[in-house]
Amino acid sequence: MIRGLSIFPSSRLRRSVRLGLRSLWLHRLRSLLTVLGIVFGVCSVIAMLAIGEGASFEAQEQIKNLGSQNIILRSVKPPEDQKISNNQNNFTLDYGIKYEDISRIQATIPGVTTIVPARVMREYVWNITIRVDAEVVGTVSWYPAMRNHRVASGRFFTETDQAAAENVCALGAEMALRLFPLEAPLGKTVRIGDQYYRVIGIMEPLSRAKGDDTGQSSAQQAVDRMYIPLETARRRYGEVLFKRRSGSFERERVALHEVTVKVDDPEKVVAVSLAVKDLMERNHKKKDYDVVVPLELLRQKEKTKRIFNIVLGSIAAISLLVGGIGIMNIMLANVTERTREIGIRRALGAKQRDITTQFLIEAVLLSGAGGAIGVMLGVAIPFAVSAAAGMKTIITFWSPLAAFTISALVGVVFGLYPALRAAKMDPVEALRHE
Amino acid sequence: MSAPQPIVSLQAVRRSYRMGDVVVEALRGLSLDISAGEYVAIMGPSGCGKSTLLNLLGCLDRPTSGRYLLGGTDISALDDDALSDIRGRRLGFIFQSYNLIQQLNVLENIEVPLFYQGRSDEEARAIAIGLAKRVGLDRRLDHKPFELSGGQQQRVAIARALASDPLVILADEATGNLDSSSGREILSLFDELNAAGKTLIMVTHDASVGERSRRIVRLSDGQLESDIRR
Repeated sequence: MIRGLSIFPSSRLRRSVRLGLRSLWLHRLRSLLTVLGIVFGVCSVIAMLAIGEGASFEAQEQIKNLGSQNIILRSVKPPEDQKISNNQNNFTLDYGIKYEDISRIQATIPGVTTIVPARVMREYVWNITIRVDAEVVGTVSWYPAMRNHRVASGRFFTETDQAAAENVCALGAEMALRLFPLEAPLGKTVRIGDQYYRVIGIMEPLSRAKGDDTGQSSAQQAVDRMYIPLETARRRYGEVLFKRRSGSFERERVALHEVTVKVDDPEKVVAVSLAVKDLMERNHKKKDYDVVVPLELLRQKEKTKRIFNIVLGSIAAISLLVGGIGIMNIMLANVTERTREIGIRRALGAKQRDITTQFLIEAVLLSGAGGAIGVMLGVAIPFAVSAAAGMKTIITFWSPLAAFTISALVGVVFGLYPALRAAKMDPVEALRHE
Repeated sequence: MSAPQPIVSLQAVRRSYRMGDVVVEALRGLSLDISAGEYVAIMGPSGCGKSTLLNLLGCLDRPTSGRYLLGGTDISALDDDALSDIRGRRLGFIFQSYNLIQQLNVLENIEVPLFYQGRSDEEARAIAIGLAKRVGLDRRLDHKPFELSGGQQQRVAIARALASDPLVILADEATGNLDSSSGREILSLFDELNAAGKTLIMVTHDASVGERSRRIVRLSDGQLESDIRR
């Protein structure tokens, strides 16, 4: 008895597991079909979670590229003006963010550290005969630091370049490659209209993940950008821009196309963004600007992800429920089939508890095996997706772990009733069973 | 009467079943004492209560009224777990249809009752090998039941019944499914066991099998008809 207490549980468990495996192996096909529900459930949840996690990681990276402490203002052509411009060709549109707006923001809103103004012009950029349709961005020297968009080689323009209104430029990585497919672009010149610009720097490539949550930026980021000093842009282009589009031509007076406001404390971003919106609203009669708060986008993204996770969780729960019912079904059949064996074991001294344990272990082995196969497939699929479709996937360490544990638990929950039923059988009846 | 301390003692045992509205009395106040070392055959026509008696003796069932003492323990008062324990430790079962577990081999079948008593793997293995030798199956230890003849299967069952060194061995028509030569082999094995001091109780309706025993108890209609010692 004393020995029984000390050695016994483990060796009895080992034997029960061996026995369970053997009887599952005896009905290989049936066991496999039974656990298929759990396999698919577990595998799809892990895979979907990994793909979703990867996608949202990319989107978040993209938002972070805009700077989580930044507030971005953009000039937008008001819709009512668009109609006017279509009717009257000679009308000069006057809209967007003004230099005064910047001074106002800086003067009245506390917590604003840096402001990056930018003018954006759509131009053809030439290298002798190669032409690239690009956005020419006139901006300030601290733009790269603010937008987390660093210079890969060479340098960005400096205050000195700015003050002297030098004809220098930094090229976007993709654009540099297209303009200078065979040579090193640094030190070369590019032409816009009748102006020549010396290339002094190449930017890092931007991550090109899709997703329109970043407002207009995704559409713009897909376009090549070339950066020149703001002062240079102002002198070469003036305030009024001409646009030639499909036969008609229009004139616009836009001071600044894009302004990035940096807030010193991440906690204050939302408050400052409200203040900025309020300030802009009071000074602009028309809605000719747009305020993008990357932090808000990030929060929205997180919310979306939470909802996605809830949906995934429900799918997982349903598939595990279905899988569990399948296991219960097959275990009930199993118990009926082995009624005589149960009777024999009871006659040979098995207690009800021994019978319960035996069938419960079998059910857990079944669901656990399903969970294990599911985890293996679920981990393999994201790798395959990454390799085949080039999508980023992230397998969080807890998702296979949780999936496996829960599927094993499913075995306990749905195996309990059949196991108890087996144990409750009358030994005499069970022995008489054919 | 002759033995001072009977190991099996039935005192006015009744067992009734409810079948729908009818109450069927399978045993009606049966009293019977069996001493250690006896070799008893229980005989009678079908429906006389033989199987019910065997189930009671085997602690698979409990009497509706009356007392059953096995080795001095009153069975009627025990719960399911205690009954299981008694079946495993004090009783050995031999069935007409052998009742071996099909997915286990010879050795593992013999080990089953030992595991329910909590013996270690090594201990159980040693006992099982010894018993397989004793019933002449030491060359077929890893055969599955379906690879054995009926006589061989019954010998495995006997080895299994002996595994826990029981007080009483209960045999239910042990030779019923066997041809005459295998049957004789099994019966001579029983003689051997009895000679070695084992208490044997067997149920049979075959007179020639009953003749081998030294005491024949006849039942009729749930009551003792005759009790002849030889």
